[in-house]
Amino acid sequence: MTEATYTGALDLAAGAFLLTAVLIVWRRELSAIVRLLAWQGAALAVLPIIEGIYQREPAPIVVGVVVLLLRAVVLPILLARAVGTEDQERRESTPLVNTTASLLITAGLTVLAYAVTQPIIALDRSPTTRALPAVFAVILIAVFVMVSRRRALSQAVGFLMLDNSITATAFLITAGVPLIVELGASLDVLFAVFVLGLLTSHMRVAFGGTDLDQLRELRD
Amino acid sequence: MAAALQVVAVLAGAPLVMGGMRQVRARLEGRAGGGIGQPYRDLRKLLRKQQITPQGTTVVFALAPAVAAGSTLLIAAIVPLIALGSPLDSAADLFGVVGLLFLGTVALTLAALDTGTAFGGMGSSREITIAALVEPTILLAVFALSIPAHSANLAAIVSAAMQNPGQVFSPGSVLAFVALVIVTLAETGRLPVDNPSTHLEVTMIHPAMVLEYAGPKLAVVEWASGMRLTVLLALLANLFLPWGVAATDPSALGVLLGLAAITVKVAVLASVLAAGEVFIAKLRLFRVPELLAGSFLLALLAVTASSFLATTTQ
Repeated sequence: MTEATYTGALDLAAGAFLLTAVLIVWRRELSAIVRLLAWQGAALAVLPIIEGIYQREPAPIVVGVVVLLLRAVVLPILLARAVGTEDQERRESTPLVNTTASLLITAGLTVLAYAVTQPIIALDRSPTTRALPAVFAVILIAVFVMVSRRRALSQAVGFLMLDNSITATAFLITAGVPLIVELGASLDVLFAVFVLGLLTSHMRVAFGGTDLDQLRELRD
Repeated sequence: MAAALQVVAVLAGAPLVMGGMRQVRARLEGRAGGGIGQPYRDLRKLLRKQQITPQGTTVVFALAPAVAAGSTLLIAAIVPLIALGSPLDSAADLFGVVGLLFLGTVALTLAALDTGTAFGGMGSSREITIAALVEPTILLAVFALSIPAHSANLAAIVSAAMQNPGQVFSPGSVLAFVALVIVTLAETGRLPVDNPSTHLEVTMIHPAMVLEYAGPKLAVVEWASGMRLTVLLALLANLFLPWGVAATDPSALGVLLGLAAITVKVAVLASVLAAGEVFIAKLRLFRVPELLAGSFLLALLAVTASSFLATTTQ
């Protein structure tokens, strides 16, 4: 793999990663959000695989395949099962910030990410650090999704986006995490999603909905 | 010569593009359709009709169709559709083209206000709302496209894309393409922003503005909107896939090749657009800003992506 194709593929993967995050902000259908999250997982997995092919090392490729299985297949399936079957549960209820404003805020966050990562890029001008702003923007967008959504499931999606983007940042800055660390982190996320899925279904059984805004007061 | 041919081709081809799109839609919806030549017959019918001017309208109403058609023809003359290097090359700036497009929109809006009817006012208020949201997106997308070429001149952008075909698939240019497609749909009043084939009061935007026109003036308005769609589709095709565009001072063969290439590109784009329209419904008017904010964001991402790709190559 030549230097040019490596840079191109890396940019494309980082761009797709950011694009899926933007689309998650845009869409309201919970099942569509979960599908987009799967695509984001795939884009994330491409990062270490490209790195491995370029450096001719097997370890990053193994990490990439593990990430692909977990984040593009297993987690979305678990989340999709937690999406309710009732009509009012399929869509995000009116978000705290309307979609137009969220998209503009997302634009602002992206610019902010470009601004704050400049010093990090200045440290080492390699193709991987140049893709960093795109990934860093996803961290900010994920935090925004977590605070602006009302359904338990979309907040879980925000959490997973945050985790995806932190992992991606690790891949880009440190050129790969040791396999054992990545496995540990992945296992953690897997259990978190299990617990979130269980919690969502319990909430639905107990309260008939997962709109977290209605769960602020204690009642007898 | 190529510029004159471009104007003639856009004039003659616009009804064909409209007819073709309607025919593709009709066939996909299981109707027979009026045939590809139907817009020509409509225009002939309208042009033969008596000229009627509503009471109380002023010169604004009378001039608007001519301004709309004239600005579109001027765009057709300056953009590189068939060959690079038009006589107006120094003015062939993407920002200038955007301004000319907006001139046509404003002319029709003022004419609709001039009639003083309820529908005219409603249509023009909607049209201006959408136009105001579309403008920043177009400017940003243009900015993204002009970063790799280091110029906002259309001929420079097209020739830079010809010399460097791989750049079309860079993230910045893909995002700019999607953003430009969305704003083209909004600017020409196609689905999902406006439904060109409806006359339902609550939903229409462009038809509400031209409701008071009849006869030859209506023909010019319809023709102008067809030309606008044709020019924008052709420009979109050439900005991203500039194959077959003849060089400066082209030979007769080069001009013919360019004409054939642009015809094929517009035909393919228009058919894809028409086929896509079958599967989508019109957005509620209050959801349109959402779509346009999305395209604005895509354009912004395109700018950031291409600016940081530009630093990579240095």
